[in-house]
Amino acid sequence: MDRDRLKIFLNGVTLVAVFLVLFAFSRYGTDYQVRILNNMAIFITLAVSYNLVNGYCGILHLGPNAFVAIGAYTSALLTMTPAEKQMNFIIQPIVWPLNVIEVPFVLSLLAAGLTATLFAFLISFPVFRVRGDYLAIVTLGFGEVVRVLCNALQNVTNGPLGLKGLSPCTNLWWTWGVAVLSMVVISRLIHSSYGRALKAIREDETAARAMGVDPFQHLLLAFLISAFFSGVAGGLLAHLITTISPTLFTFLLTFNLLIMIVVGGLGSTTGAVIGAMLFAWGGEALRIVEKPMDLGFVIIPGIPGMRMVIFSLLLMLVILFARRGIMGRSELNWEVILTRLDRLRRP
Amino acid sequence: MTSTIFLQQLINGVSLGSLYALVAIGYTMVYGILRLINFAHGDLLMVAAYTAIYGIAVFTLPWYVSFPLAVLFTGLTGILLDRAAYKPLRSAPRISLLISAIGASFLLENLALVVIGGVPKAFPRPEPFDRVVDLFGLRIQVLTIYTPIVTLVLLLALLYIVHRTKVGKAMRAASRDFETTRLMGINVDRIISVTFLLGSVLAAAGGIMWAMKYPQVNPFMGVFPGLKAFIAAVLGGIGNIMGAVIGGFLLGLGEILIVAAVPELAQFRDAFAFVLLVLVLLFRPTGIMGEPFTDKT
Repeated sequence: MDRDRLKIFLNGVTLVAVFLVLFAFSRYGTDYQVRILNNMAIFITLAVSYNLVNGYCGILHLGPNAFVAIGAYTSALLTMTPAEKQMNFIIQPIVWPLNVIEVPFVLSLLAAGLTATLFAFLISFPVFRVRGDYLAIVTLGFGEVVRVLCNALQNVTNGPLGLKGLSPCTNLWWTWGVAVLSMVVISRLIHSSYGRALKAIREDETAARAMGVDPFQHLLLAFLISAFFSGVAGGLLAHLITTISPTLFTFLLTFNLLIMIVVGGLGSTTGAVIGAMLFAWGGEALRIVEKPMDLGFVIIPGIPGMRMVIFSLLLMLVILFARRGIMGRSELNWEVILTRLDRLRRP
Repeated sequence: MTSTIFLQQLINGVSLGSLYALVAIGYTMVYGILRLINFAHGDLLMVAAYTAIYGIAVFTLPWYVSFPLAVLFTGLTGILLDRAAYKPLRSAPRISLLISAIGASFLLENLALVVIGGVPKAFPRPEPFDRVVDLFGLRIQVLTIYTPIVTLVLLLALLYIVHRTKVGKAMRAASRDFETTRLMGINVDRIISVTFLLGSVLAAAGGIMWAMKYPQVNPFMGVFPGLKAFIAAVLGGIGNIMGAVIGGFLLGLGEILIVAAVPELAQFRDAFAFVLLVLVLLFRPTGIMGEPFTDKT
């Protein structure tokens, strides 16, 4: 079998394996396990799309929480029935077109992605006029503005009360389906001429421009694709936890995503996947530090908030001493594995 | 709006603006030297406020001992921050430095959360700051008047250090060019430490006054003043101390007066600064007093 067909075969096998694992968990897993797997998939989608902008384009975008929020609200407002909306909006009634619309979950996810993309397009002009630290602070500011608007526009978002009682449409197939889709789309993009142009801009924008690469156009495409998947993930998240409020989408969400992609390796899609999986698992595993611990002879009281201290320390340690993270800029795909195996066989 | 109310709001605006200015100076000085947004700078306000509370409440020190100690402690925290989070990354890509800054900011906030707890603590307002005076028929808290005066005194002291002393000359040189400054026999790392010390001392003074103005101290109290002070620094032209002061006053006055004029906008107050930032970056990226951008290599 030649290399290309082998790789396609192996990818197929991997997909089937993932399918079987998910099937086993959806049939026999506990609610808790299914919940962690769902979180994992949503984190993968978010981290992979965030890494497209931060890792491959080399710009520090600090506003993915805004796109997740926009996606979550869009999708939630579209799937709620008019009766549910009336029950939720007790302080101010909801504005006109939204109060009668009700669409299926799939369409609401698509709308969530598209709305996030639209907002990304609108802010891209001021955002890409600047670079570096300024870009970071402008995108961070966008995240804050969205949060303020979510709180203030009571007749659209129900303000600080949030939206309650969404139907729990999200399941393992949706979350992992979207995660696989985002991985495929983004890694295809990275291995195209577009992706190479993005990396050129990251390394040296002036040189890339001299080669005829238009930075604005390329960065915009990456930014829009990233926003689309963030929006869809937001929709999935909303229908997973079934209650959303502006406090869910603060800068903390962006910070968590940043930890995932830095630990995984900035500029590596598989790195982002590994980072997201570790985060979803580690976030649960670290709960023990916040619970009281009984060591037999002494009882250590739990320390609430200790997990965030550990995460911030982890981020700083990785960036200070192991800046490449787990994967650096390399990928873990069948090509790499097969080449390694070949080398083992013929030393 | 009657003229009395306008005058009242004007004084409030100047008071808030001088707090932004104090914090903005720290951002602008660090940016001038390292070309880095020190995300953790705002959290130094929180460090100062908590240290001052502990000085007064736990060690029962009088305020005129506790406040200077808090300022000193915060200054040392600033130096430590540079040593631990930024110094190892001097030659690293800028994105790493920024990520480290964000990590440091979260670490400070969450350490405070773990050590002290998330329940807001009341800041004791010492007697001399708690009075209310009658001024031209307005009832004004003396704190509102003291704040701009303290800012002015600190600003003059800082300008003296930067423009009239050897250390100041070295700081100005380092903000132009590290290599040449080193060749002149100047220990650049020491100069950076001094910069962090000065910036943190001003932030600490701002933090204590902020805590007296809004006496609810919690681990995240520094986040918003910090972000807004940074925007004030950009507005004034980053890297320029007078610019930071002007930007701080403009932002403080603007926030207060807009909300006073159109009370319905009060809920959008926190978004106002960011919209202003986008406008400044779109139309005059160098700010009011700024020179054209130079990339430091």
